[in-house]
Amino acid sequence: MAGSGIVFGAVTHTYRPLRGRPVLALDGVSLEVKEREFVALLGPSGCGKSTLLYLLGGFLPIESGSITVNSKPVTQPGPDRGIVFQNYSLFPWKTVKQNVLYGLEKQRMPKAERERRAQELIELVHLKGFEDSYPSQLSGGMKQRVAIARTLAIDPETLLMDEPFGALDAQTRTLMHEELLAIMQRSPKTVVFVTHDVREAVYLADRVAVMTARPGRIKEIVDTRPASGSRANYLQAPEFTAKVDYLWNLVRDEAIRAQEDHG
Amino acid sequence: MKDNIFIRYLPLVLLAILWEIAPRVHFVDPSELPPLSAVAAAWWSLLLDGDLWTNGISSLINWSFGLGSSIIIGIALGVMMAWSTTIDDIASPLVKALYPMPKSALIPVMILWLGLGAGSKIASIALSCLLPVIISAYNGARGVDQTLIWSARACGASNRNVLWEVILPGALPDILAGIRNAVAISFIVLVASELLVGQKGLGYLISFLGEGGVYDAMFAVVITVSALGFFADRAYLYFMRRTLVWRE
Repeated sequence: MAGSGIVFGAVTHTYRPLRGRPVLALDGVSLEVKEREFVALLGPSGCGKSTLLYLLGGFLPIESGSITVNSKPVTQPGPDRGIVFQNYSLFPWKTVKQNVLYGLEKQRMPKAERERRAQELIELVHLKGFEDSYPSQLSGGMKQRVAIARTLAIDPETLLMDEPFGALDAQTRTLMHEELLAIMQRSPKTVVFVTHDVREAVYLADRVAVMTARPGRIKEIVDTRPASGSRANYLQAPEFTAKVDYLWNLVRDEAIRAQEDHG
Repeated sequence: MKDNIFIRYLPLVLLAILWEIAPRVHFVDPSELPPLSAVAAAWWSLLLDGDLWTNGISSLINWSFGLGSSIIIGIALGVMMAWSTTIDDIASPLVKALYPMPKSALIPVMILWLGLGAGSKIASIALSCLLPVIISAYNGARGVDQTLIWSARACGASNRNVLWEVILPGALPDILAGIRNAVAISFIVLVASELLVGQKGLGYLISFLGEGGVYDAMFAVVITVSALGFFADRAYLYFMRRTLVWRE
């Protein structure tokens, strides 16, 4: 199990609500994510894919199995694993710039350097001119750009993304996909990306891990890299459509099962 | 804009006119409700001979110590209850038992325990104002988004950082609203405690003047207390809006 990258080893997790019966959320999930690889976790809602991400983030205790990052077991959250949530999770009382500065302050970066770094990141996500705005004054897409800038500012080796574009409209989402890929090209990172959007998963990820409905297991792992190696015209390519169809068929059964579970 | 202000204060102006005329035409007994001009004159002489100042400052000291300690203790307790289930389990039955209690009922108990001086008044105010602060701090702290805390932790924040930099600012809108309720309660309990016993304070001045039959001066102090309460709330509201500019 040693080596670089992320290794999930037979991770099992039971969700225990304050009232009601415990629910088995994850059942023996094993998965390896190589360094600088972009892996999407795809599955119906309630399949435990976010739980898996929170365990990797160190936000929830690992009860059974193991998760290692570069051979080191995960025990608590850390600046080596940055996270971006669907609801943006910006500090509403801080301005754009103060939000981006937060992690740099925690990392005790000297003042002049962190000012420069924050400005660099704000420009990277195209928010120059909004440094002193509060999150409540921004659109959803802009808020998520701030969240990405705050996370990237401390330069984590691994980027965890929990349905980051799920709350955005279709056009904004497409633009954010392009921006994310451009950013990853400039400074490649290991990415674990949770989504229930098949097209998003195929377009962004190197590999897609399809998860079953509750309890979550890995059903199949599909290589989604374009044959040409470039995503320039990937969305129009027949291989893209073929992979989306193939994955959709895998997810479909699970989505139906998940619905029956809820009903 | 000018019309607006005029219309807004018109009812107050009408009330003042009515207050002046009604006792003069003996529509009401002037010994029970002296005309407004007599009340104003009494207010002026109270101000000049220093009675308003000495008693006002005495009230102000009790008020600030009482309210101030309730704010500090209330925020600390409320946030700690939200932070730890053990503290919550111990403290919340006490909070729930105190909640429906009429706050002025505490005053005689405090006098019994702490005597007739400032201590019992400060304690009465503090205890009465404690509950709205505890409850708002508790709700505010519990309402802080889990992902906000996680985001801070992933940036390298310690538990202590999370408390000071995420939980407290996140709970601030609720806490400030709770303190506004506490300010309103503080004035009621302040005056009530001074009316009951004591030789100092605006409440004492009201009861002293009332018992002595100096009704124009008594009304002057009642109006002063109401005005202080009104302006304290206005000033607080202004401070609250300034502090929460980041919301919308």
